[in-house]
Amino acid sequence: MTRVPLERKVLNENDRLAADLRQAFLRYGTRCVNLISSPGSGKTMLLERTLESFEPGRRVAVLTGDIQTDNDAQRLARYGFPVRQITTGGACHLDARMVTQALAEWQPDAIDLLLIENVGNLVCPTSYDLGEEARVVLLSVTEGEDKPLKYPATFHRADLVVLNKVDLLPYVPFRMELAREYIRRVQPDAEIVEVSSTTGVGLDAWRRWLDAKASVEQTFGSGRPLDRALQGPL
Amino acid sequence: MIEEAPRLMHEMSIAGSMLEAVRAEAARHNAHVLAVGVKIGELAGVDSESLLFCFDALVQDTDLAPLSLQIERLPWRNRCRQCAQDFAVQEYRTECPQCGSPDTEAAGGQELEFAYMEIEET
Repeated sequence: MTRVPLERKVLNENDRLAADLRQAFLRYGTRCVNLISSPGSGKTMLLERTLESFEPGRRVAVLTGDIQTDNDAQRLARYGFPVRQITTGGACHLDARMVTQALAEWQPDAIDLLLIENVGNLVCPTSYDLGEEARVVLLSVTEGEDKPLKYPATFHRADLVVLNKVDLLPYVPFRMELAREYIRRVQPDAEIVEVSSTTGVGLDAWRRWLDAKASVEQTFGSGRPLDRALQGPL
Repeated sequence: MIEEAPRLMHEMSIAGSMLEAVRAEAARHNAHVLAVGVKIGELAGVDSESLLFCFDALVQDTDLAPLSLQIERLPWRNRCRQCAQDFAVQEYRTECPQCGSPDTEAAGGQELEFAYMEIEET
């Protein structure tokens, strides 16, 4: 028996596809945001309010992932922007291959902002890079403020944490300062916004964060051409 | 097929990716792989027991069996941006144990990497 070194990442195929996506996004100036949360934290409703607030003609598109049904895509399509459902048929997370396939029929240079709603799950999407520029984790106040400590891997990778459903604060024992402290412990660099999609509180701050993301000066990648990255054989 | 396995746990997808890699490496070395070693960080979001369960479930009844998975867990480590101290984070205490600064950044714990294979020439 011989022991031989094997030095590579386990998910290097996903990482390779995600790197291709990232390069394509850079080349075309597409800002990609990956939204992750438990089921029922309010990802879809936040996206509805977000799309509703965009002027017509805004070059925004949405990919939404679910294990079953295209209910979310139907909800999101009402706002007149391109929406595509990714139905994973069992998988608890999106991966870079699914995103690549879903984008294949769109003109990537026509999208300035790509919002990806991951499958509702606070664990599984964590390991899968989708080529996003920023990762947003939603935590609703009905879930309990210790979620960042229970799911540190997920919150550790967050660029922004949206504390959602703050309109319900009077009715639930959620300690906002403690939640913020737990997020800071797990990821001190994460920005935090408090939002209610129902009342509209905090949506301005969320929009400002998104718009700041969307207006970062365009950088051009070099390497694999986009048509191969987005449409070539997987 | 590995890709068609149910993936309600992401550990199943990860186990599937591991087996694809093992299969390729076995062919490259023209050898039977007896064991594969991986390093998994505390912040990788991967549960060892689930991964072992999925791995064994996917391996059994394939030409790769018997194949064992050996997991080394790596701790969550941060580095201080002020004094450069590298330290293991315990009990979510991310402040620097040397200088007390709260300004620290991740230095380890997200690993999800292969380390080695034990092979037998065929």
